[in-house]
Amino acid sequence: MHDLLDALAAAWQLILSGDSTLVAIVSLSLSISLTAVVLASVLGLPLGAALAVVRFPGQNVLVVVVNALMGLPPVVAGLFVYLLLSRSGPLGSLGLLFTPTAMVIAQVVLVTPIIAAIARQMLEDLWREYRELYILDGVGRVRTVGSLLWLGRFSLLTAALAGLGRAAAEVGAILIVGGNIAGVTRTMTTAIALETSRGDLTLALGLGIILLSLILAINATAQFVRNTARRVAEI
Amino acid sequence: MTKLLRSLAAAFLLLLAASVAVAQEPFITVASTTSTEESGLFGYLLPAFTKETGIQVRVVAVGTGQALKIGERGDCDVVFVHDTPSELAFVEHGFGIDRREVMYNNFILVGPKSDPAHVEGGKDIVIAFRKIADTKAPFVARGDDSGTSKAEMRLWKEAGIDPKTAGGGWYRDTGSGMGPTLNTAAAMDGYTLSDRGTWLSFKNKQNLTIVVEGDRRLFNQYGVMLVNPVKHPHVKQDLGRKFSDWLISANGQKTIADYKINGAQLFFPNAKGSSS
Repeated sequence: MHDLLDALAAAWQLILSGDSTLVAIVSLSLSISLTAVVLASVLGLPLGAALAVVRFPGQNVLVVVVNALMGLPPVVAGLFVYLLLSRSGPLGSLGLLFTPTAMVIAQVVLVTPIIAAIARQMLEDLWREYRELYILDGVGRVRTVGSLLWLGRFSLLTAALAGLGRAAAEVGAILIVGGNIAGVTRTMTTAIALETSRGDLTLALGLGIILLSLILAINATAQFVRNTARRVAEI
Repeated sequence: MTKLLRSLAAAFLLLLAASVAVAQEPFITVASTTSTEESGLFGYLLPAFTKETGIQVRVVAVGTGQALKIGERGDCDVVFVHDTPSELAFVEHGFGIDRREVMYNNFILVGPKSDPAHVEGGKDIVIAFRKIADTKAPFVARGDDSGTSKAEMRLWKEAGIDPKTAGGGWYRDTGSGMGPTLNTAAAMDGYTLSDRGTWLSFKNKQNLTIVVEGDRRLFNQYGVMLVNPVKHPHVKQDLGRKFSDWLISANGQKTIADYKINGAQLFFPNAKGSSS
């Protein structure tokens, strides 16, 4: 119990001090994870919607694969992107390894299946409800996908938030492709891992509390935006 | 959708701006060991180098084995590690050039104050290892192909014991860095081999204390090498060489010696120019 109180105090002190290193780490964490989630949404939402609407051979297999990839271990995603971006790998000439861009790529790999799978499930329910109408009106498939995404936009926020939760919390992928370089690729989670290694458990947990508070704040904001937007839409 | 695109563009620009701001200054990437980073040496040493040369140093701190692998694949410019046999092999296989010895410190055997294997105060590390195996006292091993792990395996070999097949569950292979291994040893009151630098800066010692030190077999040499530009033409050979030169210069050596925790010196400079 004593340790937990110390950690809370450490977190509080860090926030109050406005430490510039901490601010840099926090903003890097957020910009990487948010960018990854936005990119993953651009890829994953249409994919999820298409899987919900379009019937094609092998579709079930693809659905199973996407669902399974939700459980992709971050360290495997990291290793995959590492080998891709390494100087000895196929994209090595880009020189992206150990940069924030590499971390975004790894998180996109990690998060896209989560967003696609949740979106598919949600939109499939919606599709079942409105299917007759769309078919009656003779709406094309591409427009159906777009329209369904729009119709489900409030619920789909949950898919994006689930993706963000994964992105902000993971350490395995970004540690491998980012290298935890101080001032360049050190994020909240890799800093926590480092402080744990140094045996500074209080500071590590303090950083963890700050990370949790941030995720809480983002979720609260999303909830607020969703409720407001829904009210406006209903008027 | 437009809102989504706009926030996407904004986030991307932010990231781009951040990476450009960093990329403007010349930098090298150094693959090094957890001991140099976790002990705080780099936090002390690198700003001095950057101040003198304007070159930023980006450190990827991993085990010696992984650091050499990063160099082998051409993903860093300089390798700064502590396992002489594998460093020499690295140069011999043409992955690295210009190996130089920079500094040393010592490995130490740490263990619980209760000392179930009765090794405290001993001066012979191999005898201590034998006693631990005989009493089946818990020993927490790195098992991650790091410099410390390789040194530990050499000591077991010298003791004539293969701990991995010894049985009895006393040998716990954690496959993790020095810090996590010390955390584990502290939690289970086990023995472990550590480098002195990480130990001195480690904050979660609990019941652990140094039980054996001072054996000459516990000598721990650090070496620096440039990644071979013939194998990997993109490496920043000139900037890397500046770093290597600075480490063995009078100024660099003095800065290494100046780094202390609670008055105790962590690393001892012993550069003598190029050795290969």
